[in-house]
Amino acid sequence: MRSALVTVAAVVAAAALLPLVYANQLLLFNFVVFLTLAQGVNIIYGFTGYLPFGYVGFFGAGAYGFSLAVMHLHLAPLPALACAAAAAVLLGLLLTPLLRLSGAYFAIANLAASQAMFQIISNPNLTDITKGPYGISLSGVFSPNLSYGVAVAILAATLGVMVFLRHSRFGLALQAIREDPVTAGMAGIDVVRGRTLAWLLSAVAAGSIGGVFAWYVSVFYPETVFSPEFSIFAIVFALFGGIATITGPILGVVILYGIYNGIGISAPQYFQLIYGVLIMVLVLFLPNGIVSLFKRWGIDVP
Amino acid sequence: MLAYSLLAGVIFGLYFSLVGMGLNLVFGVMRIVNLAHGDVLMLGAFAAFWLFSLLGLHPLVAAPIVFAAAVAIGWPLYFLFVPRLLRARDPEMLSIIFFFGMAQVVVALATIAFGTSERSIPGRVLGNGPMHILGQSYPTAWVVSGAVSAVTVALVTLYLYRTRLGTTTRAVMVHREEALATGIDVHRVSAIAFGIGLGLAAVAGVFAPFMLGSVRPAMGADINITSFAVIVIGSLGNPLGTVLGGIVYGIALMVMQSYFSSWANLLPYLLLIGILLIRPTGLLGRTLRHA
Repeated sequence: MRSALVTVAAVVAAAALLPLVYANQLLLFNFVVFLTLAQGVNIIYGFTGYLPFGYVGFFGAGAYGFSLAVMHLHLAPLPALACAAAAAVLLGLLLTPLLRLSGAYFAIANLAASQAMFQIISNPNLTDITKGPYGISLSGVFSPNLSYGVAVAILAATLGVMVFLRHSRFGLALQAIREDPVTAGMAGIDVVRGRTLAWLLSAVAAGSIGGVFAWYVSVFYPETVFSPEFSIFAIVFALFGGIATITGPILGVVILYGIYNGIGISAPQYFQLIYGVLIMVLVLFLPNGIVSLFKRWGIDVP
Repeated sequence: MLAYSLLAGVIFGLYFSLVGMGLNLVFGVMRIVNLAHGDVLMLGAFAAFWLFSLLGLHPLVAAPIVFAAAVAIGWPLYFLFVPRLLRARDPEMLSIIFFFGMAQVVVALATIAFGTSERSIPGRVLGNGPMHILGQSYPTAWVVSGAVSAVTVALVTLYLYRTRLGTTTRAVMVHREEALATGIDVHRVSAIAFGIGLGLAAVAGVFAPFMLGSVRPAMGADINITSFAVIVIGSLGNPLGTVLGGIVYGIALMVMQSYFSSWANLLPYLLLIGILLIRPTGLLGRTLRHA
């Protein structure tokens, strides 16, 4: 528990203080976004075993929840962020029937759901409401420093949830459901309630960080916030580090997103090649991520 | 207009059943999800494009060549990766992630090799002018692609139901362990099925320039969704259901495009989710026996 809290505090402090010494705030912001998304994937995939291939749906729902609240309800950014989280929860509730599907079926249906969201929001028929494919501009509330701070706060809250899951009966119950839902149910765990809560928790994480993303960049297109890359990167980062741990996804983001920013922006296809190979090697030889290497060497990581 | 959409739906449906067939065969035999299916199709499309523009090879000639090449690639790929995957704790889930990684590698290599520009083969290669069927006229390229798809699907059916290897393949589909216990060389049968699965995807790719529009390295992701919609409608693991799924999907798509064109893109996703939720085993699915 102590080492987990120390890790969390170190990550949050680094995210909060680095902008003072490093000028590229956008890059740091993207790191915060992916740190949050990777932990969000960790909540649902790491603890319940549902692979959210369409995780970006929550991110986009949050971004649009925020933007619509600002544009149509003329809310201030912070209340609008509550709308972002609410939009993601709403989408999460709408998609709870998908949790009845297992394994591959869930992953594919979730991917389809996020694509359907994108098709609906970017449809030209809805231009009056969502601005359709023409994108959103929120220059009125643009405030990089404040929104960066809020993003760090959301990251801290998400990491807090992870610490709770790692050290609570609820987290243990979720892992029991992941291993064997029938046995877990026999042991008195409310399976449906458990996985729905985990699903909504991960939705809130992605939705709020999506809302802050909309606030921070303030000008974006539907394909930006519904880009499948968000789901994929978040899943790969979490897997690479090691799911169901706190440090795993953090290491995954720092290492892989670091590499991405080193070579990926100028030559995305080479980064794609590298992470494609990495995924294949990981699945075959290290399915529990690099954190499992530390465990093998006898070093305990939270 | 309705008659036009319905018949076009059947033509496209035949093609879509070819698109989904390989994925379904691999899933049926090995219970793994080949998320690189759409990308193999993309490779087939590029192969057809280069064979046509460099050697002037007709797509109907290119199709068997591409099929054979894909089978030849699939065989070693199976032995390299699949047995290891099948030994894992949750092969179905791990295979999604694994083949997703493979898809990324294929797309990245294709982008490095071919660039991101879109390629196409002119439709007149398959025949000039429109063709008239039941009072409606369609581009000849559509009709030829649909007919080739129908023939290919029929050949797969013949293989599965009229040859010894096909019978053993179906035995492995029903129960892998029991098939092994009866003395069937499960790995050999699976490797052949894996190769055929990739081969079918590649053949579908040969006709992609005529049915799906221009060819580009990143096209695979959308095709995966379409293939999943098709085989889930039919029923996962049942290759013949794919034909029904393809035709339902094709007709739905064409009718949507005629009457609600601005929402037509939404169709595959909604069909996929709807069918999964209402009838997870697909239209032709039978309840599985859990022994």
